[in-house]
Amino acid sequence: MEKFTKLTGIAAPLPLANIDTDKVIPARFLKTIKRSGLGVHLFDALRYDKDGNERPDFVLNQEPYRKAEILITHENFGCGSSREHAPWALLDFGIRCIIAPDFADIFHSNSLKNGVLPVRLSRAVCDQLIDDAKLGGNARITVDLERQVVVRPNGEEIPFKVDPFSRHLLLNGLDDIGQTLQHGKALDSYEVKRHAEQPWQPTIAAV
Amino acid sequence: MSEMKPRTLFDKVWDSHVVKTLDDGTSILFIDRHLVHEVTSPQAFEGLRLAGRPVRRPDLTIAVADHNIPTMDRAKGIKEEDSRIQVETLEANVKAFGVPYIPMLDERQGIVHIIGPELGISLPGQTLVCGDSHTSTHGALGALAFGIGTSEVEHVLATQTLLQKPMKNMRVDVTGGLPFGTSAKDVVLAIIGKIGTAGGNGHIIEYTGDMIRGLDMAGRMTVSNMTIEAGARAGMIAPDETTFEYVKGRPYAPKGAAWDQAVSYWRSLPTDPGAHFDTSVFLTATDIAPMVTWGTNPEAVVPVTGLVPNPADIEDEGIRAQRQRMLEYMGLTPGQKMTDLKVDVVFIGSCTNGRIEDLRAAAAVAKGRKVAAGVRALVVPGSGLVKLQAEREGIAQILIESGFEWREPCCSMCLGMNPDKISAGQRCASTSNRNFEGRQGIGGRTHLVSPSMAAAAAVMGHFADVRELG
Repeated sequence: MEKFTKLTGIAAPLPLANIDTDKVIPARFLKTIKRSGLGVHLFDALRYDKDGNERPDFVLNQEPYRKAEILITHENFGCGSSREHAPWALLDFGIRCIIAPDFADIFHSNSLKNGVLPVRLSRAVCDQLIDDAKLGGNARITVDLERQVVVRPNGEEIPFKVDPFSRHLLLNGLDDIGQTLQHGKALDSYEVKRHAEQPWQPTIAAV
Repeated sequence: MSEMKPRTLFDKVWDSHVVKTLDDGTSILFIDRHLVHEVTSPQAFEGLRLAGRPVRRPDLTIAVADHNIPTMDRAKGIKEEDSRIQVETLEANVKAFGVPYIPMLDERQGIVHIIGPELGISLPGQTLVCGDSHTSTHGALGALAFGIGTSEVEHVLATQTLLQKPMKNMRVDVTGGLPFGTSAKDVVLAIIGKIGTAGGNGHIIEYTGDMIRGLDMAGRMTVSNMTIEAGARAGMIAPDETTFEYVKGRPYAPKGAAWDQAVSYWRSLPTDPGAHFDTSVFLTATDIAPMVTWGTNPEAVVPVTGLVPNPADIEDEGIRAQRQRMLEYMGLTPGQKMTDLKVDVVFIGSCTNGRIEDLRAAAAVAKGRKVAAGVRALVVPGSGLVKLQAEREGIAQILIESGFEWREPCCSMCLGMNPDKISAGQRCASTSNRNFEGRQGIGGRTHLVSPSMAAAAAVMGHFADVRELG
């Protein structure tokens, strides 16, 4: 996972609630065995018409938002399917941070594991940032994970919170499997204890 | 010795699986069952390969292909190249990593959330995960079961654990008898209509109340299955005699003395009196009717006797705009009667409603009737075993004689990853779980209903109140 420390970039406003992961990346694009290459299908139905032409009214088809690294949106972003292809598609497009009033639980977790930072801020603040984002290319927004602040184009700082464990992994670009494996002894003894306490727990023999 | 604080079912399952709690409150949670399918696992196995890591507990893991495979002519293999590559990749991975696998042509093959309980792989009190959001289904057995992303699939494969933060407890209590003509699907649609698609975010739901207790396991699984549509990752139901009776004798369930030990443990799991719920929601029988969704998320639902709502009545500007967009996408006008809406396609199946009980309910309505002219109606059993049973019971024959197509088990038209799709502008009565834009095919219009309501729509050619069909 790529580190996330501090990002200053163009933010795309997408003021819609309940954007589900089918909307982020439709199921027909999940037939891949790779993580990369999904950016071209990000928001496919919103971004292209039925003939595959770009819809000019969609924000990511407009300058300067084609180069957006931050997405600002409304409630319950990422609801629905657990597909990690959603953060993969966002990341592949170039989005490293999403700011919203709240996120669906699985999407939130999937994003963190891919170095895409989900930032929860109140609806009122999101709307303010959406107004900032609408100003275009000169209105850069900064997301500083070290200090846990979003900096508006006018310099105003808005604090946010990320849980300390995820923040540590993001700041250092760490693989959480490696972190867990450091607790191998605890895991070994848990398995022994569990087997002793619940010997009836069946395993799944090879079929 | 101090008295233990009363705990919920979720608290108990959680507590018994904590390997270690880290300083910031993140827990390393042991996973008893890991179900793997072709769509969300290739990148996870690739990650293991790159890091040189084995699968820690292949004996607690099982794989099956279900999302991407055809429902016809299976012996000829998979025609679509990218789908075939995904299934072949799964087969190569399970072989390389020693993971048990149920092949496509095995009679036990089926949708991962149907076959887990059916084979006795999913058991009460377990932690169970799968790279699919409808893993919530298995919560009906009293397991803590939830969907995970591919990075977490890799984490479980490598460590048999997940890093989790504690979640909040929410109780959804439904009292009264199940009203005539309704089923578990109507109950869960009514619940989502009430609490909304984000109502359960950050929570684990426990379903309580005599209506839930009165449901059979198939019905309970339908309710737990759609928990994710209300935003909660898991929806649990305390194990009871109905659960034990269902689990007993299934191929992977404990047997003999082990069975008795298991049941005595499972009896200790239900929520203690006085346990704390962060949120509680109450519904009664009067909230439940045969339901039909009209919009593009499952909270946009009305009773079949209702009308397409008017967004102009909504105060919040954002919600009003969203509802307006839903109407446009769905090709609906405010005030239209739901029963006036003609259907082009009917889909009966999915992890929500692909069990034998669901097919029986559909057949009961279809019996002696014909699928209306111009309607394409598809039945896709949830598993090979469901299909065989339906054929033995004569249910398949009833449905075929009515004009339904009878297919091989998989996810099929629930999400249109295989050749079963609906076309732009087509209206579909579907027993699946999501009516999102484009879910069943680009531009397709999905209305979620119960199996008997889907059968009613098939034979009438439009949405119909199944209570009036007799």
